[in-house]
Amino acid sequence: MQSGSPKTKTPFATTGRSRKGEPWIWLTAAGLALGVAMALGLFLLILFKGAASFWPGRIDLMEVSIDGKTELIAGYVTQETERRDGARKVHEEIQVFRGNKDLNGEAFKYIDRANILKSTRPESILLVERLEFGPAIVNGVAVETPQGRIEVGKHGFSDALKTMLQQGADSRVRLLKIERKKIGAISRELEALGRAKRSQSVASNIAADRRKVLQRDFDRLQAEAAEIRAETAKSKFVGVAADGREIVVQSGSLLGFFESNRAGFFGRVGEMRHRIWKFLKDDPREANTEGGVFPAIFGTVIMTLVMSLFVTPFGVIAAIYLREYASQGLFVRIVRICVNNLAGVPSIVFGVFGLAFFVYFVGGYVDQTLFSDKLPTPTYGTPGIFWASLTLALLTLPVVIVATEEALSAVPRGVREAALACGASKWQAIQRIVLPASLPGILTGVILAMARGAGEVAPLMLVGVVKLAPSLPIDDIAPYIHPERKFMHLGFHIYDLGFQSPDAEAAKPIVYATALLLIVVVVTLNLTAILIRNRLKKRFAVSSF
Amino acid sequence: MPVNLPLSRPDFIEVENFSFHYGEKRAIFDISMKIPENQVTALIGPSGCGKSTLLRNINRMNDLIEGVRHEGDIRIGGTSLYDPSVEVISLRKRVGMVFQKYNPFAKSIYENVIFSLRVAGRSKRSLLDETVERALKSAALWDEVKDRLHDSAFGLSGGQQQRLCIARAIANQPEILLMDEPCAALDPLATLKIEELITRLKSQYTIVIVTHNMEQATRCSDRTAFLYMGKLAEYGETVQIFENPSNPETEAYITGRFS
Repeated sequence: MQSGSPKTKTPFATTGRSRKGEPWIWLTAAGLALGVAMALGLFLLILFKGAASFWPGRIDLMEVSIDGKTELIAGYVTQETERRDGARKVHEEIQVFRGNKDLNGEAFKYIDRANILKSTRPESILLVERLEFGPAIVNGVAVETPQGRIEVGKHGFSDALKTMLQQGADSRVRLLKIERKKIGAISRELEALGRAKRSQSVASNIAADRRKVLQRDFDRLQAEAAEIRAETAKSKFVGVAADGREIVVQSGSLLGFFESNRAGFFGRVGEMRHRIWKFLKDDPREANTEGGVFPAIFGTVIMTLVMSLFVTPFGVIAAIYLREYASQGLFVRIVRICVNNLAGVPSIVFGVFGLAFFVYFVGGYVDQTLFSDKLPTPTYGTPGIFWASLTLALLTLPVVIVATEEALSAVPRGVREAALACGASKWQAIQRIVLPASLPGILTGVILAMARGAGEVAPLMLVGVVKLAPSLPIDDIAPYIHPERKFMHLGFHIYDLGFQSPDAEAAKPIVYATALLLIVVVVTLNLTAILIRNRLKKRFAVSSF
Repeated sequence: MPVNLPLSRPDFIEVENFSFHYGEKRAIFDISMKIPENQVTALIGPSGCGKSTLLRNINRMNDLIEGVRHEGDIRIGGTSLYDPSVEVISLRKRVGMVFQKYNPFAKSIYENVIFSLRVAGRSKRSLLDETVERALKSAALWDEVKDRLHDSAFGLSGGQQQRLCIARAIANQPEILLMDEPCAALDPLATLKIEELITRLKSQYTIVIVTHNMEQATRCSDRTAFLYMGKLAEYGETVQIFENPSNPETEAYITGRFS
């Protein structure tokens, strides 16, 4: 270090940042800041994009000249980009969501800003939610019911529309009941009857009689369903798209309306709430690009809980043995190294192991011993939520073992000795004193395991996650809990929507929304566990010494 | 076994040619001494002289450490601790222990006191209530905590916590009470209280206390053993040891020329 004025000479240079090591302090702070900024940035991006995908925008009605012809296009502007053409000229391009996939084939249209001749926002334009082809963007024309046709603007139009919506919702509920529950029950019984016949446990004439009865019921229910369908087909909504083509929606597939350009701020907030609610509680539709993600939320939560249910006792028991009972020799050291290395094994390897061991080996054995009558159709010998939970339990086992060992060794020796000096056996001391005192630490391990398990996707693809599984692992069909069923998972849902979807653009907002939801689910699970831990901490607080 | 004979047995605890090793390191060299019943015996000596090791062998607390080994014998009331028929757990029920650092459990005051009864499988409510009252009264803590028996033990002051630990140690009515520097972490006032307590408890219990505090040894012990480098340097009446030590090292230690 060179000093500008040589006359002030200090024997011990205590000033100057570099000598005190302060740059290193600064560096550590910078490292932390960088980490926090990245995590926060990611979260904010997902939060913003995810929330924005629910916000109803305004519909623009644009006159666009395309190849010399003038076209009318109505839709939401979803993206604005700049593009250079071959002559290096900059084009401002917008992406418009115009819906009406049944007419246009694609829901999105790219338009050069320069080609827009006129743009307006007429209040009459409607966003129509329907079961097929995604939303429609139309002007209402009329409602047709068996009682007659009511043109838009006429007296009774909106009432008729409301009635029709209600009727549609009712008919969907009735159809679901008939098709999923009643017909499902009949086909399950037919299946069982077929198995009984094969194994000759039922006399063939009785079986044939029963089969006839079931077949009659089946036909009757089918007719009932057809009747409901015919009924809903009688009422329909007629609209006209911006280009003048007509769109007809039957009441059975009509889900809702929203007047995007007429709604005020609170109306739009209400619509957003409505959309979020539907996203949370509905089943997915149309290759997962529409509808909600409820089965995926349910699958993620159940799988994580079942996983914790398995990993906690096994991990804790293993750690107690390793820390408290095993003599700390070479063998235990090797076991401990192996456990730590297990945490570093790529998760897909666990998936392969789960498939080979749990699904094919254990599951195959279970099928042979308990469900042999159903073979060759596998019951447990196929990927399912139970095997997925077990695979993830194995994956997160090291986390729990390591955390529990740490927690056990952090219990002060004096407390253990006090317990033993009171005449407690070693197990009594562990059970009554050491375990309660280390419970918060153990729960920290479980929390970490849950966080890791809930976010894992790769191994699940091998052991039970599927693209669409509307039948939940827990429902109202006996025996109510179906651990053999395949399930949906938010993490896989993101992958499926983003990379496997037929319409990637349409799925983009849902990808963000699902990512946000996955974070919310994981955080909620963790917060719950943290709350429980803090309660226990208060109860079993160890003295500060 | 009768707990209180009219005459106290002079050889209630017998240590005979006892040596103790932590792995390669030998901590106690061939100690023999007789500790009389219903008296307070103090073990003094510089740090690392083996007094705590000796104390912790009387309830076989050192068995927990890996690689330890002993020679010779310790007998209580004529029965060898190392007799194969002696169960460590039942031995510890007869020998209570109080540690240097007060270490109550993360439980209520009530549960702390009756812990030894709980692990012995006794859960009759009236017995537990009685025990709590008796033990806390013996430990001179009853009046201070009787209204908050079900509060956490960590709410007490350090001295109170140590007295709670004494109550816990005597709850199951042991015959012997081992105290490993019970006042090391306490202030003078709390120390004084514990010392009064020790004097009072010796009518019921045989007390062996390890201490670094010479005044404490003179104030509350009847007999004193001076250990030096793992050997028993001198053992006798406290008055004699402190006023007329026969061993030059004892004299040097108690007069503070080394510690």
